[in-house]
Amino acid sequence: MTYGRKVLVSLGLTAGLFTAQAMAADITGAGSTFIYPLAAKWAEAYKAKTGVGLNYQSIGSGGGIKQIQAKTVDFGASDKPLKQEELDKSGLVQFPVAMGGVVPVANLVGVKGGELKLTGTVLADIFLGKIKKWNDPAIAKLNPAAKLPDAAITVVHRADGSGTTFIFTNYLSKVSTDWKAKVGEDATVQWPNGVGGKGNEGVAQYVQRIKGAIGYVEYAYAKQNKMNYIDMQNKAGAFVAPTEESFKAAAAGADWKSAPGFYVILTDQAGKTAWPITGATFALLQKKQDKPEQGKEVLKFFDWGYANGDKTASDLDYVPMPNDVKDVIRASWKQITDNSNAPVWK
Amino acid sequence: MLSIYARRRFVNFISLSLSVAAMLFGLFWLAWILYTLFKNGFGSLNLVLFTQTTPAPGSAGGLSNAILGSLMMSLVGTLVGTPIGILAGTYLAEFGDRGWLAPVTRFINDILLSAPSIVIGLFMYEVYVVHTGHFSGWAGALALAILVIPVVVRTTESMLRLVPHSMREAAYALGAPQWKMTLQVTLRAAKAGVVTGVILAVARIVGETAPLLFTSLNNQFYSNMNQPMANLPVVIFQFAMSPYEDWHNLAWAGSLLIGLFVLVMNILARTLIKPQQQH
Amino acid sequence: MNSQEKRMRQQVLQDRIFRGTTRFFAFFVLALLAGILISLLIGAWPAIQQFGLGFIVGTEWNPVTGQFGGWNSIRGTLLSSFIALLIGVPVSFGIAIFLTELSPVWLRRPLGIAIELLAGVPSIIYGMWGLFVFAPWFADNVQPWLTEHTAGVPILGGLFDGPPMGIGMLTAGLILSVMVIPYVSSVMRDVFEVVPAMLKESAYGLGGTTWEVVWRVVLPYTRSGVMGGVMLGLGRALGETMAITFVIGNAQQPIHSLFDPSTSISATLANEFTEATTALHTGSLIYLGLLLFFITFVVLTLSKLMLLRMQRAEGN
Repeated sequence: MTYGRKVLVSLGLTAGLFTAQAMAADITGAGSTFIYPLAAKWAEAYKAKTGVGLNYQSIGSGGGIKQIQAKTVDFGASDKPLKQEELDKSGLVQFPVAMGGVVPVANLVGVKGGELKLTGTVLADIFLGKIKKWNDPAIAKLNPAAKLPDAAITVVHRADGSGTTFIFTNYLSKVSTDWKAKVGEDATVQWPNGVGGKGNEGVAQYVQRIKGAIGYVEYAYAKQNKMNYIDMQNKAGAFVAPTEESFKAAAAGADWKSAPGFYVILTDQAGKTAWPITGATFALLQKKQDKPEQGKEVLKFFDWGYANGDKTASDLDYVPMPNDVKDVIRASWKQITDNSNAPVWK
Repeated sequence: MLSIYARRRFVNFISLSLSVAAMLFGLFWLAWILYTLFKNGFGSLNLVLFTQTTPAPGSAGGLSNAILGSLMMSLVGTLVGTPIGILAGTYLAEFGDRGWLAPVTRFINDILLSAPSIVIGLFMYEVYVVHTGHFSGWAGALALAILVIPVVVRTTESMLRLVPHSMREAAYALGAPQWKMTLQVTLRAAKAGVVTGVILAVARIVGETAPLLFTSLNNQFYSNMNQPMANLPVVIFQFAMSPYEDWHNLAWAGSLLIGLFVLVMNILARTLIKPQQQH
Repeated sequence: MNSQEKRMRQQVLQDRIFRGTTRFFAFFVLALLAGILISLLIGAWPAIQQFGLGFIVGTEWNPVTGQFGGWNSIRGTLLSSFIALLIGVPVSFGIAIFLTELSPVWLRRPLGIAIELLAGVPSIIYGMWGLFVFAPWFADNVQPWLTEHTAGVPILGGLFDGPPMGIGMLTAGLILSVMVIPYVSSVMRDVFEVVPAMLKESAYGLGGTTWEVVWRVVLPYTRSGVMGGVMLGLGRALGETMAITFVIGNAQQPIHSLFDPSTSISATLANEFTEATTALHTGSLIYLGLLLFFITFVVLTLSKLMLLRMQRAEGN
């Protein structure tokens, strides 16, 4: 008897737990860690406003692409845009969410943020392992005023598939033929040397912990954690600091409207004040929605984000999409349909 | 002559000193780890941990969704794994003296006991996540259940074997059928031991991270078992591997919660089994 | 009469059902192992087809070109476990001697429990402690010292070369060594305890010192049990995930010194599995998991066989 009762009670308890958990249909997303600080903030505000939660897991852009292809999430996010052919092949739709900068960061005793300047080729040589010490002549020549220690450089890169890596290696490939030949550009590459961190979070974490480390992170990570960023030389030959203005200057050259599938790469832009390692994060959705209601919730979330999230984005130093581009994006949502080809977004 | 004797005494002294040093070495790590855990964890323990969900970077928050998720998945994992483990363990103890099945199962069970838990995660991903098309609390709970089974099988068997044969014979003599005898006499006599096994299994799974990485994933909010689900170990992993100070503090607090839970479970298990029953 | 017979028959049937049910679940445990193997084989199939056994020695791990070889990860798993045993086994041996021969009786139980608690600490806590506390301490205090004092020494000098960043193969191996101590030492202690008192007493009677008794009597008598314990520790070390992922450095590259960042099978899985995009990448990761499962299976089987041999010898 007592056993039976115990079992019943515990079953009841379990059932209670489960029903207490059932609530408004949350949306799930996964991918880019580049956009995670922004996505998490938007999600908090959106949940408070509408009660609909967005569970966004920052598992890396590679993961975002994989999970949306496998339909394990409602949307994926990637900083590496897919080409129109790739989108068609997987039946996906892509649109940009926000733009931002990838920033080299260093952990050097005695050198503060913005005190260090590098060119693209020197940066590539460091990541190739050709420059091994901080007081290497190539670095010293660019920074005559800085007190560079005789310390080994530890490269920190991403251990997971990452759009941040894509933006970074895309840039290095543009400025260094050596890099292009030996490593190339993609979401994950075969790193010649260094330590791997998981996500932008992991790279920032390791750079903070390892003396003499250099890594690359999305700007919000550098800013929130007061990391020492490095000024970079851009295509026009000027050294620029990573700021919202220099990201904007790079973004100004983008021609979103005529690019098929919004495929735009923003690295190494021509503007005089442009930050050279700039990129955008893209949301990926299934073109045919098995659960149209869910698809609609996702689009409602982004619609809300475009309408109300610009300030949050600016606070974190992302560059919001220009308003005219937002309209083009909203118009592009017409191609997302349910199984009877009726658009889920009206 | 004396020199040989002296040398033997010297070797003896050195090696025994090293033995003492080894003991201190082992205790030193334990002390260091526990000290770190308590020092960093206690400072971050507060009520908010239990009332608020995991925050976005820079916002305030707690761990309530992760705590609840861990509890639910561990509960379901235990509820699923325990009966399977007890029944299989009963077979090994009560019917396992003949045939090939019992020795082979016993052998395989011991291997499953130490099998890499990350492989269990891969397995659940392949058979559950791939087929249902999404990460979920259920997948996580089932992966944990697979970890529960071998622990329970092993303790159930060894505890049943400790029950004196005279008790079984007495029950037979009274005309009880075997199933009744096993359930009402033998298992009842071994109850404390079997419960201990379950407690040890729970202590093991609450801290397991690897099997949940590819199954339950994680969640910023509360969720039901059909959705990706937050849980303490994966949240700790995510938060510890981040650059944010407040996330680190939450990760330490979470670690302390798990550490305390495991400690309490271990003490509970030890008080349930009397010292002479232990080896 | 009739009703009694009916009841008898009913009982026989019930017994058969009961027996069948327990048998089914015993079989279920077996099926679980088979299921794990089969599902991993199916998942790894694209990579097995593409790379065959050459995968094991391949050093290229390049998602850009779709070329995958597991050696970097496999080497990390084997090397870190080897370091763990190199340090963990002698220490465990010392602890087992202390607990069986030296310790006052009243201290044995609490000390034994304390060491076993090391096994109860979840590996994620080892990982956090390793990253936040041990690695920086190691980088500041131990690594420079090692580099300085081994520089110029052949072999050793090369092992401890490179920037002291606290993250890398050696740190992973050291943390693993702490994690295997409870497993190895508790098996050693258990087998030392079953050495017949008469054997030890006669050795002491002949004038043997404690160390001589342990080294010449206890150890030979328990050899296969001790090896079984070492293998169990190895099996645990090979499959450990979280503690290693935090500190090994997650780098798919050749290593020149033990300070270099590297990766292990489990760390590669933890980092890359949810984000591998191509079937080949996923397949290669599952292939790694399959290899890990296979290696630990062999090691644990050896461990079990040796412990069984010990038990049998004891029985005779």
